[in-house]
Amino acid sequence: MTTVAPQGAAARFVGQRVARREDPRLLAGRGRYADDVNLPGQLHVAFLRSDVPAGRIRHIDTSAARSLKGVHAVLTGAELNPASGPLWTTTMGPPAWGPPLRPLAGDDVRFVGDPIALVVASSRYVAEDACELIEVDIEPTPAVSDLDSAMAEGAPIVHPELGTNLVETPRAPDPELDDALASAAHVVTRTFAMARVTNVPMEGRGLVAWWDAYGEELRVWPSTQSPHEIKAFAARVLGIGEHRVRVEFGDVGGGFGQKMFPTREEAAVLLAAKLVGRPVKWVEDRRENLIAANQARHDIATVTMAVDAEGHFLAACVDLLEGVGSYPAGGGAQGGGALVAMMFTGPYRIPRLGFSSRTVFTNTCGKAPFRGPWAVETIAREQMVDAVAREIGMDPLELRRRNVVRQADLPYTLPSGMVYDVVTAEETLEQAVASLGWEDFRAEQAAARAQGRHLGVGLSLSVEPSAVGMGAWGTEQAIVRIDVAGKVEVLLGSGSHGHSLETTIPQVVADHLGCALDDVVLRQGGDTPYGPGTGGSRSAVIAGGAAQSAATTLREKVVAIASHLLEAAPEDLEVAGSAVSVRGTPSARVTFAELAGAAYLNPDALPAGLEPGLEATSRFRPPSMFTWSNACHLCACEVDAATGVVTLLRYVVSEDCGVMINPMVVEGQIAGGVAQGIGGALYEEMAYDASGNPLATTFLDYLVPTAAEVPVIEYGHVETPSGSLGGYKGMGEGGAIASPAAVANAVNDALASFRAAVTQFPITPERVLEAIERATS
Amino acid sequence: MPERTIELTVNGERRVVAVEDRTTLADALRERCHLTGTHLACEHGVCGACTVLVDGAAVRSCLLFAVQAVGSEVTTVEGLTPPDGTLSPVQEAFREAHGLQCGFCTPGFVVSVTAYLAEHPDPSDDELRDALTGNLCRCTGYQGILRAARLAAERLREVRGAAAGQPAGDLAATAGAVGGGAGS
Repeated sequence: MTTVAPQGAAARFVGQRVARREDPRLLAGRGRYADDVNLPGQLHVAFLRSDVPAGRIRHIDTSAARSLKGVHAVLTGAELNPASGPLWTTTMGPPAWGPPLRPLAGDDVRFVGDPIALVVASSRYVAEDACELIEVDIEPTPAVSDLDSAMAEGAPIVHPELGTNLVETPRAPDPELDDALASAAHVVTRTFAMARVTNVPMEGRGLVAWWDAYGEELRVWPSTQSPHEIKAFAARVLGIGEHRVRVEFGDVGGGFGQKMFPTREEAAVLLAAKLVGRPVKWVEDRRENLIAANQARHDIATVTMAVDAEGHFLAACVDLLEGVGSYPAGGGAQGGGALVAMMFTGPYRIPRLGFSSRTVFTNTCGKAPFRGPWAVETIAREQMVDAVAREIGMDPLELRRRNVVRQADLPYTLPSGMVYDVVTAEETLEQAVASLGWEDFRAEQAAARAQGRHLGVGLSLSVEPSAVGMGAWGTEQAIVRIDVAGKVEVLLGSGSHGHSLETTIPQVVADHLGCALDDVVLRQGGDTPYGPGTGGSRSAVIAGGAAQSAATTLREKVVAIASHLLEAAPEDLEVAGSAVSVRGTPSARVTFAELAGAAYLNPDALPAGLEPGLEATSRFRPPSMFTWSNACHLCACEVDAATGVVTLLRYVVSEDCGVMINPMVVEGQIAGGVAQGIGGALYEEMAYDASGNPLATTFLDYLVPTAAEVPVIEYGHVETPSGSLGGYKGMGEGGAIASPAAVANAVNDALASFRAAVTQFPITPERVLEAIERATS
Repeated sequence: MPERTIELTVNGERRVVAVEDRTTLADALRERCHLTGTHLACEHGVCGACTVLVDGAAVRSCLLFAVQAVGSEVTTVEGLTPPDGTLSPVQEAFREAHGLQCGFCTPGFVVSVTAYLAEHPDPSDDELRDALTGNLCRCTGYQGILRAARLAAERLREVRGAAAGQPAGDLAATAGAVGGGAGS
């Protein structure tokens, strides 16, 4: 464990709790979200959606809707879909196999919420009125909403084109694994089920699109995590060159994975804009967001673990059952299976791993990434560790201590072949345990138990594979530019959707360029170099690395020009506060503004042979396929055995995300993830009835945690630099990945005295009481 | 649907706008008054993002028709911000305590906290937590928001202490101290 000083002598901003530069405008109500964009002549879109989970469209009559005053267009699938290019995404590529992708429903509907038609009208009010006037005759057909029904013999097929609801990946033959399972002192099998949940960004999906006939280009103001994906997607959908699409990037009200991939509705709105020839706006309402904007999780993992007599893990076997709904985001049958298999052994020495999976389509909303789409590896594994501990009669802390990857084990090769270079699983475990006071809590728990109260404590360890270094996700390019007046612009293809890049990227640039923080602005959007956007906890590592690299290069040029102007050797110069001075002679000084004056306006003043201008560019790729961060979460709770209500008492996070650019932002990211994890573990469920009707269509049914449900979070940091530039590690998803199991383990620790356990999320009071009832009857 | 012309008082200014009877106050503020700081995140009265002050009381502007606000003083988040471009004590506390990330729910929280602290100048942590349950945030886990509300309460008590002679809990006084003419 090392604590790292900020990099370099002039470092002043990296590592500081710098107040966010995006805050003043957001606090004053001057954010610019998609719905805040209003263009002259703008029209509004509303969608007519299916209210049946499956059916054949026999007839659509739009005449009454069309004749309503204020209606400019009513478009059905028959009219709109033929105009559409393919809907695949640049980052995922065209799917080799998967559901048919089209903006609106064709001859049939496949889930409640499936868009059937869209109306373009003078206001959203009128557009919705017109939707009610569209007559649709749908003949309902049999539907499947739960995974077992969808896999049953003779089940209705969600996508007739595919001929099946099921994609199976069998376990590869592995005799050594079979031996371990057959001969171990303890072999334990459990099933853990994560409910279907949804991301719930406070701002739903939305965009303004305008076909600018004057510029012969499409202009888009999206709500997205990836302005460049919107650009490429729009170009494909409209069949025009990407250079004919301009994407403005404003404020984005959260995404958490939901806004990584453009969706069918966005394609439909882009097409409508071109057809209507006026700016059109679509901003979904909460019902649309809940039932149609893609959902997440719905992973059911059956885990078998083989453990020797001393509690050492010998092997694990995972069978993953994953519901992907009807149209998974990004196309294909996107499941998290590959990463689950890669990461299942997590922070433990588990020599052998078996993995199999089944991915299942149902007549429900499709699955999308959500803050750690592969999180079931941690959520199931960490619950499994506790289940094994209870089974073999060992404290779960002790079982973890015996198996956790230690410094002496590094570099450590996982059964999947991945290699941990820098991880501190043991250090975060011990820091969190010390912070809670594990033994004290056990004593308090015993005392409470004697009074008839049920306290519990749960641990969860996680290693996060941040910053994918491959394929479209593997790089990011920064342009750092000192302008004519000496101020600094950073251009990045990132898509900050609330995670503070307007502050953290300038912190990095200010340090490595040597300028004042207030002199730097970050520009994002379609006019920046290509980047895949935000996702996979990549921004600090890859965007930060690109910004640092470009800033460092530009600083060399700054020094070269200053050296010439000041007639001093480069090694005697100091760059700080947007000026260069001779060390020991502060009066010998030239400001960035003066340097820019020479670089742009007076090239004769430059050193011979030096290219005029003050700009540097760097496309950065991290050195490893993943940059590992890790964390230990610890939750203490009380379960009311009479009501089943769970109250969280304490929540401790110890994490290692390498060099922290801004610890305040790091802690904010952790807290948000933890709250989402608590929601998934205890409250949130995007439920469907047996017929395929969504049961959570408002915030009265879909229970996002409030301030009353999230306890104070206590943070500990272990700061071990990664091998990537700057030593940064990604951590945006870790909070959501590690927290659900910490909560579940705390609840089940509290229930251990009943020999009861709940393994189905959300852990509602009803499920707690049922578990106690089952165990004690 | 026919429109009628109504007169609203928003952030101390008289606004004459054309609305339908069914136009919500939120839409009137956003689309007719061009005050887009009031955000819509559920439009069914749960999330609190659209919270504004009507005659000093925090209300959900998605649940009110614009015509119901005729004759009332409406204050939006824009109206809480001092005219000199600085931030109000509540806004400043949100910045210092990292009480926001994406910022979408933030105006609702700022308005709600401003209204709550005006009437409850010295809340306990539990009371504050309870008061905040009327607004949803998906980014922060409420950690920074609670810290911000506590910090704002402290600062406002100091302001109140300095403004001798003003009755505690008087919203107009507090709003004046807050700086934007809320409820004035």
